[in-house]
Amino acid sequence: MSSGLSVSGLEFRFGPKQALENVSFEVPAGTFCALLGPNGAGKSTLVSLLTRLLVSPDGAIHIAGYDLQRKPRAALAALGVVFQQPTLDLNLTVWQNLSYFAALHGLPRNIVSQRIDAALERLDMRERAHEKARDLNGGHRRRMELARALLHEPKVLLLDEPTVGLDAAARAAITAHVHDLADQGLCVLWTTHLTDEVRDSDHLLVLHQGAILADGQAGAIRGTSSLSDWFLSHTGAAA
Amino acid sequence: MSGWWGVLRAIVGREFLRYIHQRERFIAALVRPLVWLFIFAAGFRAALGLSIIPPYQTYITYEVYIVPGLCAMILLFNGMQSSLSLVYDREMGSMRLLLTSPFPRWWLLFCRLLGSTVISVLQVYAFLAIAALFDITMPALGYVTVLPGLILGGLMLGALGLVLSSFVRQLENFAGVMNFVIFPMFFLSSALYPLWKMAESSPLLRNICAANPFTHVVELVRFLLYAQLNMGALAWVVVSTIVLSAIAVWGYDPARGMMKRRSA
Repeated sequence: MSSGLSVSGLEFRFGPKQALENVSFEVPAGTFCALLGPNGAGKSTLVSLLTRLLVSPDGAIHIAGYDLQRKPRAALAALGVVFQQPTLDLNLTVWQNLSYFAALHGLPRNIVSQRIDAALERLDMRERAHEKARDLNGGHRRRMELARALLHEPKVLLLDEPTVGLDAAARAAITAHVHDLADQGLCVLWTTHLTDEVRDSDHLLVLHQGAILADGQAGAIRGTSSLSDWFLSHTGAAA
Repeated sequence: MSGWWGVLRAIVGREFLRYIHQRERFIAALVRPLVWLFIFAAGFRAALGLSIIPPYQTYITYEVYIVPGLCAMILLFNGMQSSLSLVYDREMGSMRLLLTSPFPRWWLLFCRLLGSTVISVLQVYAFLAIAALFDITMPALGYVTVLPGLILGGLMLGALGLVLSSFVRQLENFAGVMNFVIFPMFFLSSALYPLWKMAESSPLLRNICAANPFTHVVELVRFLLYAQLNMGALAWVVVSTIVLSAIAVWGYDPARGMMKRRSA
């Protein structure tokens, strides 16, 4: 029974187009795994399958040991997600956004307040709890979405290109923060097309044309060239 | 079980909060039936002679006749509005957030449906209150007995909205859907004219109206406003609600429904 994320033999087709072909990988707990792929590599399809927005007849996904197909509720309860698109209700306050999500995950009310307080404390945003999400800047919104994804204390955290639209400082801050979370024992899958978000010590998966091109430690994969050069020469896409 | 209740409260609460942030929507939803009531009906009353048909026991003015149809129209527009906001949610990503909740999808959809129904019902009562200010009144008991009918009708038309939202891919296509759904549904019903009147001009049209589930929402509301139950209409509405809900749940099924086609 793994407490991380495990994908085996996953296939997916959109009509005649093979979007994912025999994708298998394991991300143990306490690992920061970067899923690198050029646009159109199948990252979004994989994310949709991992979050059960799509279901594939072939292959299996286990989240914290739960089969997503057979025990979707237990599997989804162990999964935290930060989507690529912003998913905050801009007209609602920070607090309302967080408590809405907590309720969707079935957290009891007395726990919700404590968790939201703690999450806002960590983000140094406690005094902004009653501001509308619209009034937050892009970096704060993203951090809030991250805090929200952690409210139900998931075992596995999935982030789909979470730094899109952020400035350099916010990007560095959120990348560092999520690495810390992995060090604390969380299983993290971080999808990106930006090689500079990947550290040498990270677990790296490279997805290209729907198949896994490389799977291992980032430093070992890139060898002596920079990851960006390695990626370019193997996928033909600038990163 | 508290989790299920919490989900319901959160989703209905969110719908409500979103609604009160959109004052224009509230006003638009109220103005539309009032325009029909005070302008269209005033002009039309001279052209249309109404005989005494159940549930009415005396001659009524056209304004009184048209009130149940306008209540149902509010439910219809709101169902479509909520469908529109579902498509919007899907484009914006908040739908993903909802669907990755560990609760079963049918429950999430039902909560969403109930949320939009609550708002519809509040609007109907606001409309009835304004109509009453202008002396277009129903029996006092009718305002109470109509409530379950409004909820059921709201659920049915909300479920229709869910079905549409699962099949319409983009926001831009929505105007067309509105024209093809709202107008035929509304005009091919007993909202504006009794079916016997329709039969005088065309028996075929009358039969189409009689098969239109919206007609039965109108009739259910009409009878309940007079504290009477029209069993035929009730059965039609219940069956339509069940069928539409089943299609909506199917449409949102991750293995075959909208997400798959949308991503293609």
